[in-house]
Amino acid sequence: MITDTIVAISTPLGEGAIGIIRMSGHQAFEIVDAFFRPASHKARVNRELVYGHIMDGDVVVDEVMVVKMAAPNTYTREPIVEINCHGGIIPLREILSLALRHGARLAEKGEFTQRAFLNGRIDLAQAESVMDLISAKTRRGFDLALNQLEGYLSSRVRSIRDNLIALMAQIEVGIDYPEEDIEDITYHEISAQLMVSSEQISKLLENANNGKIIREGLKTVIVGKPNVGKSSLMNALLRDSRAIVTEIAGTTRDLIEEFLNIGGIPIKLVDTAGIRDTEDIVEKIGVERSKGVFNEADLVIFMLNASESITDEDLQIMELVKEKHAIVLINKTDLPQMIDEAVINEHLHDKKIIRISIEKEIGLVDVEKAIQEMVFSNQIDYNQNELVSNSRHIDLLKKALVHCNEAYSATSNQMPYDFIEVDIKDAILYLGQITGESVEKDLLNNIFSNFCLGK
Amino acid sequence: MVRVFDAGQYDCIVVGAGHAGCEAALASARMGVSTLVLSINLDSIAMMPCNPSIGGTGKGHLVKEIDALGGEMGINIDKSFLQSKMLNSSKGPAVHSLRAQADKNQYHREMKRVMENTENLYVKQGEVKEIVIENGKPVGVITQTGAFYKSNVIVLATGTYLGSKIFIGDAIINSGPNGLAASYDLVENMKAHDIELRRFKTGTPARVDARTLDYDQMEIQWGDKDYELFSFMHDHIALDELPCWLTYTNTRTHEVILSNLDKSGMFTGTIEGTGPRYCPSIETKLIRFTDKERHQLFIEPEGRDTNEMYVQGMSTSMAEDVQLAFMRTIPGMQRVEIMRPAYAIEYDCVNPLDLTLSLEFKKIPNLFSAGQFNGSSGYEEAAAQGLIAGINAALRVKGEAPFILDRSEAYIGVLIDDLVTKGTDEPYRMMTSRSEYRLLLRQDNADLRLTEKGRQIGLVTDERYHRFKTKMEMINNEMSRISKVILKMDDLNRVLGALELPEVNQGVKMIDILKRTEIFYHHLSDIDYTRPEDLTKDVIKQIEVTIKYEGYIKKQLQQVEKFKALEEKKLPEDIDYYSIDSLRLEARQKLTDIKPKSIGQASRISGVSPADISVLLVYLEQYRRRGN
Repeated sequence: MITDTIVAISTPLGEGAIGIIRMSGHQAFEIVDAFFRPASHKARVNRELVYGHIMDGDVVVDEVMVVKMAAPNTYTREPIVEINCHGGIIPLREILSLALRHGARLAEKGEFTQRAFLNGRIDLAQAESVMDLISAKTRRGFDLALNQLEGYLSSRVRSIRDNLIALMAQIEVGIDYPEEDIEDITYHEISAQLMVSSEQISKLLENANNGKIIREGLKTVIVGKPNVGKSSLMNALLRDSRAIVTEIAGTTRDLIEEFLNIGGIPIKLVDTAGIRDTEDIVEKIGVERSKGVFNEADLVIFMLNASESITDEDLQIMELVKEKHAIVLINKTDLPQMIDEAVINEHLHDKKIIRISIEKEIGLVDVEKAIQEMVFSNQIDYNQNELVSNSRHIDLLKKALVHCNEAYSATSNQMPYDFIEVDIKDAILYLGQITGESVEKDLLNNIFSNFCLGK
Repeated sequence: MVRVFDAGQYDCIVVGAGHAGCEAALASARMGVSTLVLSINLDSIAMMPCNPSIGGTGKGHLVKEIDALGGEMGINIDKSFLQSKMLNSSKGPAVHSLRAQADKNQYHREMKRVMENTENLYVKQGEVKEIVIENGKPVGVITQTGAFYKSNVIVLATGTYLGSKIFIGDAIINSGPNGLAASYDLVENMKAHDIELRRFKTGTPARVDARTLDYDQMEIQWGDKDYELFSFMHDHIALDELPCWLTYTNTRTHEVILSNLDKSGMFTGTIEGTGPRYCPSIETKLIRFTDKERHQLFIEPEGRDTNEMYVQGMSTSMAEDVQLAFMRTIPGMQRVEIMRPAYAIEYDCVNPLDLTLSLEFKKIPNLFSAGQFNGSSGYEEAAAQGLIAGINAALRVKGEAPFILDRSEAYIGVLIDDLVTKGTDEPYRMMTSRSEYRLLLRQDNADLRLTEKGRQIGLVTDERYHRFKTKMEMINNEMSRISKVILKMDDLNRVLGALELPEVNQGVKMIDILKRTEIFYHHLSDIDYTRPEDLTKDVIKQIEVTIKYEGYIKKQLQQVEKFKALEEKKLPEDIDYYSIDSLRLEARQKLTDIKPKSIGQASRISGVSPADISVLLVYLEQYRRRGN
C-alpha cells in the first residue's frame, strides 16, 4: 500500500496549454523510462527538464518535458516524476493510462499529501486536513460508485465476475469436498470458461480504448419542441468538437447519446430528438424524468425557434428547465423573428440566452464557450473524478485480463487446480474492485447454493 | 444452596475436556503452569460425538499445524486410527489433505492417559456452574458440588454443552451431546457476567449395528496402502486396517423422507439455532437439490471393539421410526437396526467478535475461550483454538506477550482471524479456500513453518526439535547437491524417451530438470549417481514442491510481504475511534467494537473501507509523533 507508485493528473481539467502528470513512489523512474524516449541520450540530471516523446510502443503519443526528482528532497520524500504534456483530456488520459499500464496505481484524492505527511514532510498541524481530504473523496467516490453500479460497465463486469466465481466454485468444491458425489471439472472446461471471460474482458477494454467506455461526462440534455433544431445542434457540435465517439443507443431506448469533448470537457450529450416527434414532448420529458435522464442532467440546453411565437408547450418546458443548470438557445435567428424574448426572460431570468443559427453557422462558438464557462466558474459541480475512475477501471480490467490469461496458460500446461486458481482468484479480486465486492463470501455462497454437500 | 468449600488454587483452569479443552490443558501444563482441567464426565475426555475421523480438507492442515507446535491431536490420532487417506492427492500439493478414520474409544483412552500422566496437569470431574469474577477479572470457578477452585486465568472450552437441547422428530430433550449431561447453570452465570450468547445448531447421523448391514451390496472403501501419518514424530506405525463402505439413497428413500417432513424438528420450526450450510440434514438436501436422484452414504466403523457404524451423509432430525424406515430402503441396509438415532443439537455459544486474537474476552481480561463455544465446528478447529488459548493462558500466567499466528503463517491464524475479525453467522468450518496464501500453507510444510515457534513457546520437546533440525539439514544439503549435479545427456534422454518427452541436447542440472512438471525424483533414481541413500520421502517432497512451483510460491511470498507490512502497523488499544471525524460512522462503530490490533486486521473488518484505512494510517502517524 505504501510501497507502490501512484500517479495522477495534477493540473485542472480544461484546455490549458500544458497539463502535468505526477507520479510518486519507488518505481516512478523505472515506470517513466518504460514509455518516455528522451530526444538526447545525454545523461540526465536530477531535477532537470528533459525534452522527449511519450511512446506507446512505436507510436508517438505526445511531445513532452519530463523532470525526475530523486528522493528525499521531494514533496512526498519519494522519487517523483512530472510529465509536462499538451493540455486537454486526450494526451493526459493516454499518458496516465501508459503509467498505469507500466505498474503505477491511480492516486486516491489527497494521496500525495498523505504520503508527504506519512514520510515526515508536512507537520502535525496539517494532519487533520489531510484526513479530511481523504474522507471527502470517499463520500464523493461513494456516490460515484453508486452511479456506476447502475451503469453498463458494472453490469458487464459483474456478469464476467459471476462467471469466474462460478468457475472457481466448481474447482473449489472438488478441492474442499473431494469425496462428494460431484464430478471434478475438467481442464477442458476450465479453459473454455477462461477463454470466454478473457474475451469478454478484452472486448470491454477494446471499447475502453475507443473511448466508448467513457459513459461518464457532463450529462447534457437537449430539449425543445419538434423541429426546433435539436438534431442539427447535436450534429453541429459533433462536427465542431473533437468527438470522442459516436454511439447509437440500444434498441430499448429511443434516446441518442453522443460523447464529445468541448474545450477539454468530456460531455455526454443526450438528444431527445431521438424521441419520435409525433409524441407530446412535455409528456415525453415527464417520461424521461421518471427515467431519471432529465433529472440527472448536469446541464440542460433548451432550444426555441425564433421564427415562431412561444407556445404553451414551450412554457411547460420552461417550468421544468427552471430548476436546472440551463442554457437557452434561440435558433433560426436567420428567419423572420416571431419570438418574444421578454417572455423567456420573465420565466428564465437567470439563464444565459444565446441567439444562434445552426443553418448559417452563427453562434455555435458562443454555445461552447457558455458550457465551458459554466464548468470552470463552478456553476456546475463537475470534476475529473469521473474521467479518473474510468482510467482506474481500465487499469483494473487490464490486471484482471492478465490474470485470466495466466490462469488460461496454467490450465493449458495442466498445472494442478490449486495453482490455476491463484490467478482466477486474482482476476475476480480486480473485477470486484470495480463493483466493490469481496471474493470469499460470494465464493462460499456459490458453493453452498449450487452443490449438495455435507455429512 | 450448596455449601461452597475451598478446593485449592491453580495457575490456570480449563473448563471442558473436549478437543479444545485437552489441547488447552496440555499446552498450559507443558509450559510449566499448574493447570486444572474440569470435565462434566471424565469418560467423555476427547470424545468424538460426531464423525469417527480426524482431518480432511483444511482440517488436516490444522492437525499438522497443531502437531508442529507441540500439540497432541496428531500424535493421538496416529495411535488410534483405523485407516487413512490423503485426499486430493491427484491435485496440487497445497490441497493435499490427510484424513484418518479413528477408533473413537481408543482415541479417548489414549488422550485420557496422556492427560493423566502430564506433569502440572490435574484432571478432575465436575460441572462448573459459576465463574467467579472480581473487579472485572476471574478468580476461580465453583462446581455443582460446591468446590471452589481458585485461579486467575481461566479457559472456557464448553463445546456444545451449554444450554443444549437435542431434537429427534418431535422429541425435544434437554441434554448435551451423546446423551451426556448439559450445563444450564453456567449459561445463567455467563449472562450475569454480560457475556452475549448466541444459539447455533448442528447435527449428527445415526449409528447402526454392523451385524445388520449387508456389505455385499455396498462398495468397499480402503485407505491408502502407503499411508502417511499426522505427527512429525512418527515414521511408521503398523496398521490392521478396517474398511469403510459406500452406498446410495434412491427415489424410495426420498419418498419416505419427503412424506414425513412433518416429523422433522428442522421443518416443524422447533429449532431456532443457525445450522451450518456445509452440513445440511438429508431432508434439507432433498428439498434444496430436488434434481439429485441419489445421495451417497459412507458407512464408517466407530472402532475396533464396537459394532456401531456411523452413517455419513445421513444427518437428520427426523423421528426415530422415520429414520429406520428410510434407511431400510437403502441397498445393504434393508434389515438395519439403529443403535443410536440421529439428532440435531442446539447450543449456546459466544460471538467470537467479543474475543481478541489471543482468544481472550475483550471485556474480561484473563478469561480465554476456545472451540465450538466460539462458534466454530469440528474437532480440529476446536483443538487448534484450544492450543492457542492454552498457550496464551499460560503466557499470561507467566506475564509474557501473547502468541498470535497470522494469516500468512498458518491455517490456525486464518481460523482465528476469521472468527474474531469477521465473525461468523454459522458454525465455522475450515476450508482451504479460506486461506489467501494456500500455496504457502501446505500440510507438507507445517513442521517447517511452525516448529521453531513451538520451540520458542516451550512446547516442542528436545526430541522433536532434534528431528526437525536433522530434516532441515537434509533439505539444505540436498538442495545444494542438486543445484550442482549435472545429469548426463545420454542418461537423461533415456529417461525422457521412456516418458515420451522431448530430448535434451546437452547435460542438464538436476535442479533444472526437476522444474519440469512431468519429471519427479523417482524418474531419475537410476541416473542420479550421487543421491544420498537416507533421503526421506518427506525431504524429496519438500524439494520437488519448492522447485516445481517456484514462480507461484514467489508470487505468494510477495503478497505476504505486503500483508505483513500492514500487520506490523500496530493500532494502540486506547484509540478513541469516535474522535476521528474523518472516519465514516460505520467504521468508527466497527473499529470500536472489534479493537483491531493492527492496520491489517482493521482492513479485514467488514464496514471498514480502504479510505478509512488511509485515514487510520495518517491518524497513526499523528499519534506516534504526539506520543514521542
